[in-house]
Amino acid sequence: MPWSWEALWEWNAGKKPAQLSVQVPRPCARLCACAECDRSARFIGCGQRNCACALLPRVPVWWVLPSSLRSIRDSPSSHPGPPCVLELGMFPELNNLLNTTPEGAEQGKLTLLCDAKTDGSFLVHHFLSFYLKANCKVCFVALIQSFSHYNIVGQKLGVSLTAARERGQLVVLEGLKSGVDVFFRPREEPHPLQFLREANAGDLQPLYAFVQDALQPVDSGEAAWRCPVLLVDDLSVLLSLGVGPVAVLDFVHYCRATVCQEWKGNVVCLVHDSGDTEDEESDVLLNGLSHQSHLILRAEGLATGFCKDVHGQLRILWRRPLQPTTHRDRSLTYQYKIQDKSVSFFAKGMSPAVL
Amino acid sequence: MAAAGTSGTGTRSTGSMVAAASTNNVTSFQRRGPRASGADSGCSRLVSIAGTRRSVRNGQLLVSTGLPALDQFLGGGLAVGTVLLIEEDKYNIYSPLLFNYFLAEGIVSGHALLVASAKEDPADILQKLPAPLIDHSYKKECDEDICGHKMESDIKMKIAWRYQLFPKMEGGPVLSSGFGHDYDISKRIPQELIETSKWHGFFLPEKISSTFNVESCSLTSGYMKLLQFIQNIIYEEGFDGSNPQKKQKNILRIGIQNLGSPLWGDDICCAENCDASHSLTKFLYILRALLRTSLSACIITVPTHLIQNKAVIARVTNLSDTVVGLESFIGSEKETNPLYKDYHGLIHIRQIPRLNNLIYDISDVKDLAFKLKKKLFTIERLHLPPDLSDTVSRSSKQDLAESAKLLGPGCGMTAGGKKHLDF
Repeated sequence: MPWSWEALWEWNAGKKPAQLSVQVPRPCARLCACAECDRSARFIGCGQRNCACALLPRVPVWWVLPSSLRSIRDSPSSHPGPPCVLELGMFPELNNLLNTTPEGAEQGKLTLLCDAKTDGSFLVHHFLSFYLKANCKVCFVALIQSFSHYNIVGQKLGVSLTAARERGQLVVLEGLKSGVDVFFRPREEPHPLQFLREANAGDLQPLYAFVQDALQPVDSGEAAWRCPVLLVDDLSVLLSLGVGPVAVLDFVHYCRATVCQEWKGNVVCLVHDSGDTEDEESDVLLNGLSHQSHLILRAEGLATGFCKDVHGQLRILWRRPLQPTTHRDRSLTYQYKIQDKSVSFFAKGMSPAVL
Repeated sequence: MAAAGTSGTGTRSTGSMVAAASTNNVTSFQRRGPRASGADSGCSRLVSIAGTRRSVRNGQLLVSTGLPALDQFLGGGLAVGTVLLIEEDKYNIYSPLLFNYFLAEGIVSGHALLVASAKEDPADILQKLPAPLIDHSYKKECDEDICGHKMESDIKMKIAWRYQLFPKMEGGPVLSSGFGHDYDISKRIPQELIETSKWHGFFLPEKISSTFNVESCSLTSGYMKLLQFIQNIIYEEGFDGSNPQKKQKNILRIGIQNLGSPLWGDDICCAENCDASHSLTKFLYILRALLRTSLSACIITVPTHLIQNKAVIARVTNLSDTVVGLESFIGSEKETNPLYKDYHGLIHIRQIPRLNNLIYDISDVKDLAFKLKKKLFTIERLHLPPDLSDTVSRSSKQDLAESAKLLGPGCGMTAGGKKHLDF
C-alpha cells in the first residue's frame, strides 16, 4: 500500500495517519554529515561513522526533524520512491537503488554491466527478468551459457523464458548450440555466428542483421510490446573468438544507433574487466563502451579478499554521454550478497552479518 | 515448488520437442537431461546413469573426479557438461595423477572414455591408470565372509544382545556403480577392466597427416582434428541424444592432456605475441558448446605456467567452468620452508561454475595443500605447524608471516584482493 508524504508529516506531528495497515519503517530524515552520502537520497547510507542513514528495511531509524522534512518535501522528484511491498521477482532492492520500476523503465539507454574479478552474471539475470516483466520485446544474445541455465534461474526470479519465447516476446540466439552448427555443418547462407568459421578477424555484420531482424517493430497496428531491448551476455567472449575490439565496438555502435536512437529501445551488455592482466583488447572495449553508456553497473570483489557474507561490491554510475558534464556524474556504491532467489544490497559496512 | 516445477518442465518439454522437430533434426536432444532441476529427478523418464549422482543443491547431474576429497571442494563433483581445467604444476608431476584419477574413475564406473594426447599413446596412458582400492579388498572380504559366515552366526552376543536382532552389516565396500572410489597409485589397473571398458584414443602424431594442411578458421590443425574427432564420437555413440533407440544412457569422459603446449602445434607457450593467439580460446569455446549439448564431462590439463601472456590465461579461465591450479613445491624456495614440510604442493580452486543457479557451493577452506603418499593422493586443509621453539623470536614470526602471504589471494571468482585478509 503506498504511503504518502502527508502521512509521514502527520506521524511526525504526533497524529497517527488515517490508514496505516502496513508496517512501514520510518525513514531517516536526518541529513547525513558525511560527504559520500547523497543528501537527496535519504534512505541510502554510506557506512561512515557519523552517517545515520540506513537502507530500508534493514535498520529503522527514528530521527525525524521537521525542518529537514520540509526541505525534502520541496524537492520530491530527486528522491527514490518508497519501496513497493507488492513488487516481486527480479531483485526488487536493485530496482530501488536504480530508481526504476518495470512500468517506468527509461528508453533509449545503453547500460553497461561490468565485472572485475568476480562473476557479474546475476546482473544479466536481473535485467532479463526486468525487461520481460516490463513487457518489452527482448533479443537475448546468449553466448556463454545454455538457454536452460537462464530459464531455470529466470523461473526463480519469476519469469518463464520458454513461455516468453513462445509468445514471441523473447528471441534468443544460443551461441553454444548454433556455434556447433556453424562450425561443423557450414552452410552457404550467412549465419550470425559466421565469424567462427572465418580464419582472420571477421566483423559482426551478420550478428547485427540478426538483431535488426529480431527487434524490427512490426507494423501490425497494435503495439504489442513496449520497446525493443537488446541484451548481450557477454561481449568479452567475442574477443576470445578472434573478433577485434574495434569490430565489437562497431557492432555496439550500430545496435545503439538502431535500437536506441531509431526505435527508442535499450541495450544492455556485459563486459569483463580484465584488471591487471594487461589485456589491451579488453581495455579498449571497456573504455570505449564506458564512454557511450548511460548507466554503468560495476560488480567487483572486496578489496580485502573473500568474504562469506558479502560477496562483492556494486558501483552504480549514472552518466550523460551526450551532454557536457557540468556537474559530477552521480555514483553510488553498495555491497551485496547473492542468495538463492535474490540479491540483497546494503550500504558499505552495514551487512547484517557485521551489525 | 515441486508441483510447479513438474508442470513447468512438462510445458517446457513439449515446447522444446516441437521446436526441435521443426527446426533441426540433427540434435533432438532436450538438454534438460544433464541440466535438469531437482523436480525432474522424480520424473520417471530419466533413468539414473551409473557413476553419477544428483547435486543436493539444484539437482545437477554430477560425476566424480576420482578423488573424493577434490569432489568435496568442488561442490559434490564435476557437473556433466562442463570442463575441468587443471593448471599444471611446474614440472608436470602431479597433474597427470589427477588426469589418471579421472580416467580410472570412468573405467570403474563403466563410462565411455575419450583420451587425447600429443605426447603419449592413449593405450599407454590407460595401462598406467591406478587400480581401484576397493576391488581387491572387496574380493578378499568376500572370500573371508564366505568361510567365516557360518562360524559367526553361532556366536551369540551376551552383552550387546540387542544388536543380535539387527541385520548384519555388509562391511562397507561400495559397489562399483557407486560414486567416488579410492585408488591405489602403486598398483596398475587390472587388464580386464580396461578391456571391458569402451574407450577411444586420439594420438596426435597418428592423426595428423604429413602434408601441410591449410589452416582454416584460425584453429591449428591439431585442434581442428581433435574437435572433429570428439564431435564424431559424440554423434555416433549417441551422447547427444541423437540416437533415441539406445535405452541405456552413458557418460562420455573426455581427457585432453597438455593442451596448449607446443606439441599440439600451438605457439601460445612460446611467444608473448603469437600468431594463433585465438586458437586455444576458440577451441575451448567449441568444446564447451559440444559438452553442453551432450552427456559428457571433460578434463584438460594446460601448462599455464608456460603461457607468457596473462590475458590469455584469464580468457582461458573464463571459458572453462571449473579451474583447479596445482602448485608444487619442488624446485621453489617453499620446499625448505618449515611451513610446508608436510606437504608436496598447494591446490588452488580458482573457479567453480554457477550452473542453473545464482549461487554455488563454495567451501570456506581456501588454503588447500596436497600430499602424495605411497598409495594415495590426499588433499587437506593447510595447517600451519605449531610454533614449538623455546624462544619465540620475532624473526621467526616474520618468516611465517611472509610465507603466509604467499598463500595467495584465495578464491578468485568471488573476489580478488590486494591484501590477504579472509574473514
